[in-house]
Amino acid sequence: MEYEVVIGLEVHTQLLTESKIFCGCSTKFGSEPNTQTCPVCLGMPGVLPVLNRKVVEFAVRLGLATHCQIRRNNRFARKNYFYPDLPKGYQISQFEEPICENGYVEIETENGKKRVGLIRIHMEEDAGKSVHDEAYVGSEETLIDLNRCGVPLLEIVSAPDIRSPHEAHAYLTKLRQLVRYLEISDGNMEEGSFRCDANISVRPVGQTTLGTRTELKNMNSFAHVQKALDYEINRQINLLKNGQQVEQNTLLWDPQKNEARPMRGKEESHDYRYFPEPDLVPVFLDAPWFDSIKSALPELPDKKFERFLSQYNLPAYDTAILTESRDLADYFEQTAKHFTDYKMISNWMLGEVARTLNEQKITINEFPLTPQRLASLLKAIDTNVISTSAAKKVFEYLLSNEVSVDEAIEKLGLKQISDESRIEAYVDQVLSEFTNEVEAYKNGKTKVIGFLVGQVMRLSKGKANPQMVSSLLRKKLEA
Amino acid sequence: MDIKETLNAVKQRKLSVKQRVERALKTIEDHKDLNAFTQVFAEEALEKAKILDDRLAAGKETGALAGVIMAIKDNINIKDHKTTCASKILESFISPFDATVIEKLKAADVIFIGKTNMDEFAMGSSSENSIFGAVKNPHDPERVAGGSSGGSAVAVAIGACDAALGSETGGSIRQPASFTGLVGVKPTYGRVSRYGLVAYASSLDQIGAFAKTSEDAALILKTIAGHDVHDSTSATEPVPDYDRVVGKEIKGLKIGLPEEYFAEGLDPEIRSGIMNAVRRLEKEGAKIETFSLPQTRYAIATYYIIATAEASSNLARYDGVRYGYRAQDAGDLNEMYEKTRSEGFGEEVKRRILLGTYVLSAGYYDAYYKKAMQVRRLIKDELNSAFQKYDAIVTPTTPTTAFRLGEKIDDPLTMYLMDIYTVTANLAGICAMNVPVGKNSDRLPFGLQIMAPAFKEDRLFQLGAFFEK
Repeated sequence: MEYEVVIGLEVHTQLLTESKIFCGCSTKFGSEPNTQTCPVCLGMPGVLPVLNRKVVEFAVRLGLATHCQIRRNNRFARKNYFYPDLPKGYQISQFEEPICENGYVEIETENGKKRVGLIRIHMEEDAGKSVHDEAYVGSEETLIDLNRCGVPLLEIVSAPDIRSPHEAHAYLTKLRQLVRYLEISDGNMEEGSFRCDANISVRPVGQTTLGTRTELKNMNSFAHVQKALDYEINRQINLLKNGQQVEQNTLLWDPQKNEARPMRGKEESHDYRYFPEPDLVPVFLDAPWFDSIKSALPELPDKKFERFLSQYNLPAYDTAILTESRDLADYFEQTAKHFTDYKMISNWMLGEVARTLNEQKITINEFPLTPQRLASLLKAIDTNVISTSAAKKVFEYLLSNEVSVDEAIEKLGLKQISDESRIEAYVDQVLSEFTNEVEAYKNGKTKVIGFLVGQVMRLSKGKANPQMVSSLLRKKLEA
Repeated sequence: MDIKETLNAVKQRKLSVKQRVERALKTIEDHKDLNAFTQVFAEEALEKAKILDDRLAAGKETGALAGVIMAIKDNINIKDHKTTCASKILESFISPFDATVIEKLKAADVIFIGKTNMDEFAMGSSSENSIFGAVKNPHDPERVAGGSSGGSAVAVAIGACDAALGSETGGSIRQPASFTGLVGVKPTYGRVSRYGLVAYASSLDQIGAFAKTSEDAALILKTIAGHDVHDSTSATEPVPDYDRVVGKEIKGLKIGLPEEYFAEGLDPEIRSGIMNAVRRLEKEGAKIETFSLPQTRYAIATYYIIATAEASSNLARYDGVRYGYRAQDAGDLNEMYEKTRSEGFGEEVKRRILLGTYVLSAGYYDAYYKKAMQVRRLIKDELNSAFQKYDAIVTPTTPTTAFRLGEKIDDPLTMYLMDIYTVTANLAGICAMNVPVGKNSDRLPFGLQIMAPAFKEDRLFQLGAFFEK
């Protein structure tokens, strides 16, 4: 029997606000434990939350970018449960009235474009962290770090529209691209600022009702998500094939052992006793506020992709890579202002520039060449000032030297020789030295011209204009 | 001496602030048996008095209430002092910050003489549910002072301070004010910042004041009211000079008497006392009319669902993890929670947490909490439409005078009915005040309740001052 996979994903993305969602504490990552706390996020008696309006704006940005309906009147609710990293004994979240609903994200699949529905996006506060693994924690101890407590999160809940781990990957990639484009989150899964839980079930193809689902947690990278989903899908299909039942359960992915383990029953049987948060007034997005958020929305990835295709006439492959991030696209467009062979810019960005970023493990923002300098370099090739191979040397030089392209060419002595009389002198010398090859050419072995060009280039220390060398050689040989 | 007279005397150096504080400390000492205070700040108050005396002597600027002595209910945070809420679970807790009301009173140069005893976490109507023991009524020490702000009421009644802060969720200022013969004002929800008030039921809680006169209460409210960036439920409505309305004539005011508040269960002596006061209003030219508030009968049930639901969540933070009491010898995390909370909370608090947890549980939420919120809306609408017709509503504050210590403590349902006339104002979010209007044949005081529309506290003080003439 063939089985169909049904996956829904819940993503928590940490927002890049300066301060926490309900107090003025910094959200900076990596500070000493419990240094970014105050009575409010510590849940002291008598404190009250005050909403950070930036969080609402970030939520609306993502909602608009994912075609959601925005609830102009939405409100917070308390999710009640006891845990040591949750100081108030409840998490302030949204429940019955989330800020965004009924949207979708478009992904590419083997069968073309597909829309993955979004049930909702809501705002909430993050909890603190229980610390076990540090050297300063005793074996019988659990210490609590509340720096993260109160950092704003968006929870993005997809519909059960995803049909394979591949689609899940495409969905997550798209969502991460969106939060980065919108500059609301760094979308970093490894550092925990972009977390994903999955609801998975399988059913015989053709069956319309859903199978029993399991929830999969603790997948801390894109690779883990793929592996964990594959694992769980296989497990469920094998159970059904052997006539067994899937048990509704919450599973924790163990990346060391490559397996998912069920959580203990007690940990997951929660009644959260949600009710509207009485300490906060409902959020009301009036027209001026809403409009100002909407009008500040940047160009989104799909739009940018289409525009690059038509405006710069680039292949889809190049365009997809160039528009993957806003910064890369911006770099391209800055360069394109100074140099109009767009395909050549793209070739360099996908080639030398990308290689450098990879090698140095830096982002395009940290890349030492400004778009203007890259454009000058490309112009120098285009106007035959330097050869392409010389340009690569100049490029390397520019990476570590604060000089102009002209100065670098000068310094490296790579200026191309396009003076016909000088090239002719090199050509004549080579023709007189390599009489055997000249003979061979004249006897029809025209391939030998490559060797002769190489000899001229060697003689000119690589500076002769290769096109001129080649045509001059041909002219003389065929004369 | 009322607050204005005191302020004048202090300003003219006819009265030393230090002597006032010494006298207050002596009064507290003399009435120790009433158990009104959980902490007394003798040294600090004397120090502050000396600073004020020096500044006054040097002709330097002082705050608007310089020389006024106040007591603070022990569920309002004063920086570097304990906030116990009369609970074992917070017995050792020292607040790292000032409540907004405390900041404001400090800026006005008020001297805090101490913190007052109360029902644990403000849950109760008798101030008997306290780890420090029951508060006793100065009019008869065999009787309760009312609650939950009983200690603050007694502190003012015995003259240990000029005024005191209390907090209300369902009548916790007005009821003890009635039992001790004081003015007690519960401002409109949002009028006074709740930042720094330990939450019982967030949508109902409000800080208010006890004083000897309406004008005194008006002066205190004027000082503590106003919008606060730390409390998003606080109102941006401007704060008027409440004391200006004192003495303003009441002729032409339309007063409604809801018949449900004069029905069965009301002590006949209180009824006749209230009706005498009403006749004075009428004589002065107020228009009196009887009308009906039928939704009133759902008020107590509605209140106990909403208040306990919010309380069950608000009190979840007392888990032994970060501060306050933690039970020893727990084997694991769940056992620590269980033991800490079983040992740290008193019976009434546990009862309300359980009730609140129940009404919010899956499967019961719609039947209880959601329904209660809908009824609350109806109660609010009914009251607001009554205010279309009436400038104020007048009722008794309590069905009886102060009852005996221990009399109702084992009968929570009867105890809950003590709030029957007061909870409506909290549910509707309007303002209300107790003003003393007489004593019964046992010389026990009782009060009259004035209810006014949201942000019409000036009407409470205007009418209250009338009865004091």
